[in-house]
Order: sequence, then C-alpha cells, then structure tokens
Amino acid sequence: MDLPNAETLVAHLADRIAPHVGAESALVGIHTGGAWLAQRLHQRLGMATPLGTLDISFYRDDFSRIGLHPQVKPSDIPFAVEGRDIILVDDVLYTGRTIRAAMNELFDYGRPSAIRLAVLIDRGGRELPVCPDFVGERIALPRHQNIQLTLEAGHGFVLSLQSPSAQVDA
Amino acid sequence: MRNNPQINQHGELNHLLTLEGLPREILLHILDTAASFVGVAEREVKKVPLLRGKAIFNLFFEPSTRTRTTFEIAAKRLSADVLNLNIGASSQSKGETVLDTVDNLSAMHADMFIVRHAQSGAAHLIAQHVAPHIHVINAGDGRHAHPTQGLLDMYTIRHYKPDFGGLRVAIVGDLMHSRVARSEIHALNILGTREVRVIAPKTLIPSGVEGLGVQVYHNMAAGLAGVDVVIMLRLQHERMKGAILPSAQEYFKYYGLTPEKLAFCSHDAIVMHPGPMNRGVEIDSSVADGAQSVILPQVTFGIAVRMAVMSILASSGS
Amino acid sequence: MKLVIKGGRLIDPKHGRDAVTDVYIASGKIAALGAAPAGFIAQRMIDATGLVVCPGFVDLSARLREPGLEYKATLESELEAAMAGGVTSLVCPPDTDPPLDEPGLVEMLKHRARSLNKARVFPLGALTQKLEGRELTEMAELSDAGCIGFSQADAALTDTMTLMRALQYAATFGFAVWLRPQDVFLSRHGVAHDGEVATRLGLPGIPSCAETVALSTILLLARETGARIHLCRLSTAAGIGMVRVAKEQGLAVTCDVGMHHVHLSESDIGFFDSNCRLVPPLRAEADRAAIRAGLADGTIDAVCSDHSPVDDDAKQVPFGEAEPGATGLELLLPLSLQWAREAHLPLDRALARITHEPARLLGIAGGELGVGSPADVCVFDPDAHWRVDRKSLYSQGKNTPFLGARMQGRVCCTLVDGHVVFDRPHGREARKQATT
Repeated sequence: MDLPNAETLVAHLADRIAPHVGAESALVGIHTGGAWLAQRLHQRLGMATPLGTLDISFYRDDFSRIGLHPQVKPSDIPFAVEGRDIILVDDVLYTGRTIRAAMNELFDYGRPSAIRLAVLIDRGGRELPVCPDFVGERIALPRHQNIQLTLEAGHGFVLSLQSPSAQVDA
Repeated sequence: MRNNPQINQHGELNHLLTLEGLPREILLHILDTAASFVGVAEREVKKVPLLRGKAIFNLFFEPSTRTRTTFEIAAKRLSADVLNLNIGASSQSKGETVLDTVDNLSAMHADMFIVRHAQSGAAHLIAQHVAPHIHVINAGDGRHAHPTQGLLDMYTIRHYKPDFGGLRVAIVGDLMHSRVARSEIHALNILGTREVRVIAPKTLIPSGVEGLGVQVYHNMAAGLAGVDVVIMLRLQHERMKGAILPSAQEYFKYYGLTPEKLAFCSHDAIVMHPGPMNRGVEIDSSVADGAQSVILPQVTFGIAVRMAVMSILASSGS
Repeated sequence: MKLVIKGGRLIDPKHGRDAVTDVYIASGKIAALGAAPAGFIAQRMIDATGLVVCPGFVDLSARLREPGLEYKATLESELEAAMAGGVTSLVCPPDTDPPLDEPGLVEMLKHRARSLNKARVFPLGALTQKLEGRELTEMAELSDAGCIGFSQADAALTDTMTLMRALQYAATFGFAVWLRPQDVFLSRHGVAHDGEVATRLGLPGIPSCAETVALSTILLLARETGARIHLCRLSTAAGIGMVRVAKEQGLAVTCDVGMHHVHLSESDIGFFDSNCRLVPPLRAEADRAAIRAGLADGTIDAVCSDHSPVDDDAKQVPFGEAEPGATGLELLLPLSLQWAREAHLPLDRALARITHEPARLLGIAGGELGVGSPADVCVFDPDAHWRVDRKSLYSQGKNTPFLGARMQGRVCCTLVDGHVVFDRPHGREARKQATT
C-alpha cells in the first residue's frame, strides 16, 4: 500500500486547526508519536500557551492484562486546565481507548471548557464513541495491520506499516 | 547465593523484599517510574486509576504510624483499596502465627501485602508462602531491610546529585540495628557510588560490614571529609544509654551532625535522615532545618517511590 | 538365633579390617568372621553382596523428645529413625520436659526404650536440677538408674562456682560431664554466627568468642577439678585449636562436632532458611575447614547427628523465632560418606568417627565387630542414591537443611543384639533403579 507523505499531512492538519486556535487554546500531545506531532503543530501554529504532553500509562484500561508500560514518562501540563480550550493531539486514531484514557487524565488536572481531537491518521476500527475534529487523512486498515509514525533524522516524519507480530496494541 | 526470591521466572520483580542483589535495571526502572508519579500529587485530583479494585493490606506486626501512612497514601493515590491491620496486639497474643494471619487475609482476596515485622526475614517467609498472584512489599523486617526507604533515598540523592559514579556518601549512626542503612548500602553499591562510608563508634558497627562494600570510620572529621551526601540514622531511645552507648549527650558531642561537623563535608553536600529525627541526639536542629537538608523532600519522594513499587509489582506476572 | 551376613565388604575401623568377609552371628554376638565355626547352621542368611557391613553407629547426641515433647517426636518414631539410619547406640541429652534430673524419669526412659527393642539408649542426666544451673542433681543415683554422664544440654550454667562444684562432685565418682561451651552473655539474643552473613541478613550474632571464652573456663576448671570432660558440638576454628593444645598438654578431654557443621556454613542460611537455625550456629567457611581438619587429625573424637526433631509450627516462623534443630539420624551415614569422599579419606577412617571412637569415649561395648562383641551391625549400600524428602524420613522431624538434597549411601539392614531390627523395604529394587 502507498502511504501518504507524513510531512505533507502535518501541513494539512495544521491548516485545518489554525482557524480554530484562540488565546485560550492549548495543545496537548499524547506520548510518544502524538507528543512529537503536537510539538511540530505548536511551532507551526505559533501558539502562546506552552505545549502539554500526556503519558496515559497510569490510565490505561488494559493494565491488569499487560501491566505497566516499561518506559513511563512524566505527564507535563504546564498550564491551568480549568476553563481551557484543549486540542488533544495523537498520531494515529484506532480503537479510541487511548483518547478515553487521555481525557480521563486531563480531567484530573481540572475541568477544561472543551476538548477537541486532532489526529494525523484515522485508520478506522473504533471500539469507543470517539470522533476526531481534525484529521490529516483517513486510511482504512485491516485489524492485523498497524501504522506507525516515526521521526527520522534528515527525513522528518515518516509513516510506515508494521508487521503484525511486532505490534503490541494501538 | 540461591535464586533471588523476589524475581519471577520472567525476570520481573514479583515481591520487593530487599535491595540486595536487585538488578540495576530494575532499580533504575523503579526510580524512573517514580519520577512520573511525583507530578500526580500536584494535580487537582491527586490519584490515578491504575490499581482500581486491588486490595492492599498493610500488615504491621510492629507499630509504625509514619511508614504505614506513607504506604496508605501511595496505595490510595493508585486508587487501590487499603486495609490497615495492626497485628501486634490482637492475633499474636492469641497464638496465631504470621502465616495463619496471612492465610486468613489471602482468603479475603488480598492482592498485595505490605509487611512490617520485628524479625529479620519475616517478609521473605510470607513471600514464600503466599499464592503466586499475591505480591509482598517489605516495609521493614528486623534489622534486615527497608527497601522502599532505600529506594526513596536513592531517588532523593539522584534528584540532587545525578552522577553516583562521582559521589562520596557517608551513613552515620546506628549501623548495627539499622535496616535502612543495609538497604541504602546495597542500593548505593548497585548504582555504582564512588565511595560509601559508615561512621559510628565500634559498638554500633556490625561485624564484617566491610563485606557489604563500605569503608568504616569511627571519627566524624575523617569520615565526613569531602562527602557529598550525609545520611544520619535514627538512634533508638533504648540504645542511648546502657552497654552500647553511655549517654545521648556524649553521642551527640562526637557523632551528632552539627554545623561544625557538616563543614567537614563538601560545601554543597546534602543532609538526609529517614526520620523520625531525634533533634539534639543525632542531628542539630540548625542542620535538620538548614539549607543543605533534604529531609522533607525525602518524604514527598517517598510516596512516589512507593506508588512506583506497587504498580510495578502489580504488573508483574501479567 | 544364628545368622550369617554373606559376601559383604566388612569394614571395622577398630580392628583395621576392610575386606569381603562373611560375618557369623550367634546369641547376639559376633561368633566368627570369614569361616563358619564348627557346626554353625544359620537360620537366616543376609546376602550382602556389593554392600558394606560395618558396626552399628554410635551417635553422641540424638534427642528423642520423651518425656514431655511428644508433639515433636516420640520414642517409637525416633528409634525407628535410628534403625533406618543404622544407629544402634545413641546418647540422649537431658533437655526433655521435665529434664532428666530424677532417677525415676531415667528408669522410665530406659524401660520404654528397651521395650521397643531397637537402638540402645544412653541417657545423659541433668547436671543441675531442672537444668537451672543452681542445685546439683543426685548424680550417683542417676548413674545407678542408667545415666552415662551429666550435662546441661543447651541450658545456661552462668555461675562458675556452681560449675566448679558440679565438676568436683562428678569427679568424686569419676562421672563424665558433657558441656557445650557457649558463654551465656556473649550469645544472648544471637541466632546466627556473628559475621558477614548475619550482618547482611540483619540477624543478631553469636560471636566465635562466645565459644572460646566458655571453653577456656571449662578447660581451666577441668585442670582444677580433674573432672572427665566431654566437649559437645564445637563449632569454631579457635575452639578446636584450644582443644588441640589442651590434648597435647595431656588434659583428658574429648570432643565432638555435629554433622551439619561438617558440611554447612553460615552462607547456607541463604534467604533465612529456618532449617539452618541450629545450635551452635553454622559458622564461617574457615571454621568448617577447621572442623574437617580436626576430624582428620583426631583432635575431634567423634561426629554426631545432633538429631533434634522440631515440629513444623516451630520452623514456619521468621528465622530468629524458629526453634533450633534439625533431624539427623537418617543422614549420619550418607553425610559421613560424603565427607569421606570430599576429604579423600579411606572409608574406615571416616566410619571410625561414628563407630569405634564414640563407643570408646562412652566406654560402652559396640562400635566394633570383633569376635565376641555385641552383634550391632549396619549393612549399607554405598552406591545407593536417594533424595531427602519428607516422605523418605522415618523421623517425625522432617526439618533438615538437606531437604531436597541428593544423598549417596543408604542403610539396607540394621541389627541390634544379633536381631534384624530394620530391613529397608524394596532396598535392593531402589538400588537397581538408581544404578541403571
């Protein structure tokens, strides 16, 4: 399958978000791919509020099944969440479980006035009622396939399809 | 040495009984995970749903409100259900053995036991006895180990002095009876600390302690010279006078940490104490409350470290 | 009853015999060796081809837990264990409940043991009443009742004046006094050897000087009083060195060590294995080496099983709260053989320490298979391999540091007074399986 150029998608996504960014808007990226993407968007959009990142390891619904992620990173929300208009950023949207966990974690910081969702790729396969507000591109993928965003020196963002055996979950 | 009983067949930490022989990667993983938990306490909602529905029993055969409370807070911030049992008075006097108590609580579907006991090895005994899905954390057994205290001390040192390879650390006081000191010594050596010193009169130094990887000093001026971290140990009241020490006053004069003695250390040395402190016995108030003291941050980090240990144990075997 | 043991390798350390020799037994005694006496018609023949025939073992310390401690073990169970271990004579310490401080108790024990018709039981009487270290017992009466010597077992005798008086009184009658050297104050609260392992595990220590300080007191009082002293369960290199010097100086002392201390050291405690909670504590590796050297050069006269059955409840507790002791009667032989292999000692020299030497220091018949001596015999398979587990032990005490260990050498058959009192079921089959 031919995958779209990730850098082009990032530019499209930024263009779609731009009209909706206000003074109270803040970007929050989900570790790891979403955090990279959010950082790029944060630059492109020239946002005043500092960038936030979330590691949703402590909020996952599959902890009792697969345990703690081996490399947990601290979540970092350097602004008050209360009343904020938050744009949550992730690289790939699949089942929706990560977004559910991220929203739960955000609410433990305070009550935002709105949360909107921006993703680079919506690959379908939702298991929860989660719908993105801003999408780079929609690609229908069979369950056994996995799409991943990587950051490569000299090439920037690159999308790749992964062999099913290497995947843990999405 | 026989197989490490706290590591399961997949190399995961299944119980935390001692820091001795703990692989360096596991120790660092605990500290790294703790770093993620430190921020949780600063949020609007100071808890995460990680251990929702898990039953954690604080099994204290020896009373200790402080330690029990820190474990309780840690468990609650992980959304676990915590039950506190102070066994000292009730069961033991009725002739119930440690393992009877554990069997009873296991039947109530416990997921984790936090054990404090006056006898060295009590946590090992319980860990060997419980069903495989139950995890045991040693919250202090006799003179043997207090691994979470050792870990939080490592977290604190790393926070202020990240390079263990360049550090000189001195542990001062009642090494003989201190489980905290033993856990610290193991952890410091696992992390490659340049020099670990112990300082105390000969009556408070256990025999063969050099074998644990420390240098023994009996004099504060020599022992503190150039050290980057000073850890003061608590002196139990019953040992302040008698056949081990003549008096608390003489002890303070020769081994208490005063500003004058602190001046022997490196100028930016940090001062630690596992608490609770005996002011004027092992440490002078002006040092305990001074600029170089990190005694209160130790307490804060202690919660995060215990949250990390609980969540790592709970995820082993899954 | 006439009986012949045919085709076995006879090892008799006292007489320096080690050759395939038929043993003829009549009227409870060794009737002849090699060729049958004229007109000898055996009613029973034991085929000992491929097996070793040696004197039944003489164990200088086996606690039978009667009277009073039957929840730990009974005379029935422990004498059965003795038979399964090839032990035909054993000394039992006086620390029963009540202690063996009255003739009636000793007579009862002797009577019970005789009626079971198994190992010969030689009780030690209490040196002081209730083993409290204050008032002397009626030693002469106790001796008449069957005590072979007097002992404090592991109970303290802190008052050195009382100790001296006890030694003087025993010396009056020529009674042997058995003492385990351990200073009460230096060993107080201790549960493990005061060394690196105890320090690592945070276990209160018993320093080596707890043994040597007490030992020097005992040796000086032995010189002073002329009492016949047997030193029990030495554990330290320094202590053994002191005994070596005392013996060279002509002091009439004897001593023994426990079999566990020949094989184990402090590091075997591992992670708080309460089966390694022993008295005296397992010492350092250097002490273990000194014990082996002392056994080889004769400083140490005998090895005993130090059999002390302990019930599970008393072991399933933290190390420091665990009751000291381990079962040992059934391991005495294989552990002696293992020691001989590891020390490259001829079998007869190793077996001397559990046969002839202990019998000599007790002054009892047995421990040898000379013509005319009691037919107390052990027939064992030196090549049988077996695993120590709870089911394989006859003793009611199932606790030993060797649980799960592989052993080589197993008793097939035990005779006391010319009677077969133990014949291991399926002994031969087990051997065939083990060797194929």
